Amino acid sequence: MLEVSDLSVSFNELKVLEHVSFTLESGDILAIIGPNGSGKTVLLRALLETVPYEGEIKWAKDVKIGYVPQKLYIDPSLPITLKEFLESKLKLIGKPKEDLGGLLKLVNLPPAVLTRSLGQLSGGHFQRALIAFALIGSPQVILFDEPTAGVDSSGEEQIYNTLHRLRDERGITMIIVSHDLSLVFNYTNKVLCLNKQQICFGSPEEALTPEKLRELYGAPVKHYHHLHG
Amino acid sequence: MVSFISSNYFYFLLAIMVGAVSGLVGSFAVMKRLALASDPISHIALPGLGVAFLFSFNPIIGAAAALLIGAVLIWGLERRMGATTESVIGVVFSLALAVGTLITPSEDIINALFGSYGQISLNEFLLGALVSLGIFVFLLSKRRQMMLAILSPELASTAGVNADRYNLYFLLAMVLTIVLGLKYLGALLMGSLIIIPAVVSRNITRSFSSMILAGIIMSVLSVIAGILIAQSRGFAIGPTIISVAGFLFVVSLLFSSKRK
Repeated sequence: MLEVSDLSVSFNELKVLEHVSFTLESGDILAIIGPNGSGKTVLLRALLETVPYEGEIKWAKDVKIGYVPQKLYIDPSLPITLKEFLESKLKLIGKPKEDLGGLLKLVNLPPAVLTRSLGQLSGGHFQRALIAFALIGSPQVILFDEPTAGVDSSGEEQIYNTLHRLRDERGITMIIVSHDLSLVFNYTNKVLCLNKQQICFGSPEEALTPEKLRELYGAPVKHYHHLHG
Repeated sequence: MVSFISSNYFYFLLAIMVGAVSGLVGSFAVMKRLALASDPISHIALPGLGVAFLFSFNPIIGAAAALLIGAVLIWGLERRMGATTESVIGVVFSLALAVGTLITPSEDIINALFGSYGQISLNEFLLGALVSLGIFVFLLSKRRQMMLAILSPELASTAGVNADRYNLYFLLAMVLTIVLGLKYLGALLMGSLIIIPAVVSRNITRSFSSMILAGIIMSVLSVIAGILIAQSRGFAIGPTIISVAGFLFVVSLLFSSKRK
């Protein structure tokens, strides 16, 4: 599905990502973990080809990618309705008939929010709206940047449930940037540790040794190991 | 008043077209939170106008050249530096205004800064109308690409839109619009016709499509009312158009405070 080899990104000579290599198979759920400023978001942006990079990123042919950004600042005074936002992608990818109602149901959004402006949606609603946007066009793979950041714990639970459903019902391959180690052990089968350079890559059980975590975060981290259920 | 319109038919008609394009371009400029940058972007035209006056060639060509160079420069800076461009843009614009004022002959400076009346030939009208229509149709048909490119380059890319390219298209559309309006509003005020009606529209609408529509209407309204008032009272044309737009802005504030 995806093959990344020796990927490096720099901005104005400042290296933000160096020599990253990993692979992703169809159906994989890959977690990307690392401290703040370790290049996690930049890696996602490189995968979407919106930043210049060195090295190679090889997606499977004709793969459709969805993306859920961590945060997107929208001026609250800007009158763009959720309906216009979602329909823009529907129309651009040539699927104007795709059912918005079903999409909203999938992410637990009430239809009434369609006429609200983006900047006036609550944090949780906006996050789910972004997931709905990502799902338009039935992508085979979705990149999530900290899907639960800035969402309260009940919202967090809902988003995890949504991720679960996407994996089980649609078989969507996922890349999830996260701080949450319990998510890594409960939901993912691969993990990539970044601190500008690649610290580890592999299955969470094998790759995430206490030594690697110490190397990654610079201090001992409590090891949240849950058994797969 | 009627005699002015009938004897300056092309001048009046092109003004309306320029108004419509300004309103449309402005909606995207406001979305890009470029309001502060796109107002003074028209200042870059001034050195071009000055050089054209000095060497007696068509001022519009001088202005267009200066603006195109400015737009490509800004685009390049944005790509390299991201959000920190604002201060650079501020410096470049102020410098352009200063240098332009110094090199423009004093008998031309007022018109170059604030716009003027004047005859427009059939050829000038046809060219202006064609460019206006081109920008108008392009921006309207690409409004979704433009919107996503502005909101997030990453989300745009997942919808098959290259945000970088659309940023450049937008800047080019904006400088061409400024060139179109220089005759009427001058290098100092043309940027304001792009921004003010769009801000008015943002204040009173609740969806993107209605914001675009209202922006066009507000801008055309400012142009028509401005020209008619300036004519009947003997005021300068550019400042009168912007004053009308400013009046609409104050009214829209009352409107929007009631709404929220």
